[in-house]
Amino acid sequence: METLLGLAAENLISPIILSFALGVAAAMARSDLTFPEAAAKALSLYLLFAIGFKGGVSVSSHGLDATLVLSLIAGVILSAAIPFVAFALLRVMTRLGTVDAAAVAGHYGSISIVTFVAATSLIQGRGLSSEGYMVAVAAAMEAPAILSALWLAARGGAGEGGLDKGLWREILLNGSIVLLVGAFLIGMVTGEKGLAEIDSFIVSPFKGVLCLFLLDMGLVAGRGLRTSRAILTPGLVGFGLIMPLVGSLFGFAAGLALGLSAGGVVLLMTLSASASYIAVPAAMRVALPEANPSVYLTLSLGITFPFNLTIGIPIYIALATAAGG
Amino acid sequence: MQIHKAKRVEIIIEAPMERRLTDALSEAGITGFTVLPVLGGSGRSGLWSREGQVSRASGMVAIIAIVREERLDALLDAAFTVVERHIGVVSVTDCGVLRAERF
Repeated sequence: METLLGLAAENLISPIILSFALGVAAAMARSDLTFPEAAAKALSLYLLFAIGFKGGVSVSSHGLDATLVLSLIAGVILSAAIPFVAFALLRVMTRLGTVDAAAVAGHYGSISIVTFVAATSLIQGRGLSSEGYMVAVAAAMEAPAILSALWLAARGGAGEGGLDKGLWREILLNGSIVLLVGAFLIGMVTGEKGLAEIDSFIVSPFKGVLCLFLLDMGLVAGRGLRTSRAILTPGLVGFGLIMPLVGSLFGFAAGLALGLSAGGVVLLMTLSASASYIAVPAAMRVALPEANPSVYLTLSLGITFPFNLTIGIPIYIALATAAGG
Repeated sequence: MQIHKAKRVEIIIEAPMERRLTDALSEAGITGFTVLPVLGGSGRSGLWSREGQVSRASGMVAIIAIVREERLDALLDAAFTVVERHIGVVSVTDCGVLRAERF
């Protein structure tokens, strides 16, 4: 417990979290602080490239093994299964209808790559190593949850549009996944030599860029909370706080079963605990337009994302290190 | 200078539906249109602004097409198949154009 509190306190006063808090506070205070859309996009492209590349380099150094394939399979299963748990919890804890509950559930099965990037940075700060291929696991966990959500909605008689060919392409080839996986492959092919050529660009500035990006995320989350406060019932807020912990336990069990390192277990827990706010909202707007976007965006970005960033990740680190993953 | 009568159709729709709508218009033979970004606004869900969105999923775009009156129904039929289930606004106004053969 002491370790956990120490970890949480240390995490809370890190530049990354304080930048996020600054963004939330500025938005809540109605400051005119904003990030130009193109600048925010550039920061996210940088982070995706850097994290993908470094993951690939790590795999090239340590080599491929069967655990990589098993981890990918576990990621797909987790992503597909977690929405069912989330859906059941939502039906018990909230008054959301089937369609809204299915859409929210889909978000919790999928992942938040920014939470993953923040977790990667935090575990490195703790001196924990992780498997480089967790980047590929993150990419594999984006889409299966969408199918589960649509199946849940279809059972309730909604979402008759379903997944057309165009939507499949948009989900599987969305910019974040292409860049993440592409950079991962470049890192894997070029290895340490490639990293040495560009490390002054993708290693040293990484945390600073992450701070700026999280400042922007704080602004977005704060504005979302301010404008959508009315929809946040106690049940929904409770779900937004409990579901990441529930999801993380599935990741924890899977990580231990796979024999991942402590850092790897933390990352799988973080992936299982996080909720999407980029890929899944876009898919839901196309395939399940009846669902209220304010509910799922406010929950995933306004509640679960800050929770994971501030309290969740320290809990996952404490659990994984205690279990000696 | 002669001004010819035409119809101006403005469709404000969620950004993820943009390509589907422009594809549907093209398939219906409506090959001339303009896509504009929408900065923000207010609707049934209250105020929203493009500035506060983390991804394109929550944004809106405006698609404007100007057609001769006899092509209006084809355009609206094509647009409605895409717009029907989604958040958005479709409006039709009378307008005048100088080069009728282009519409």
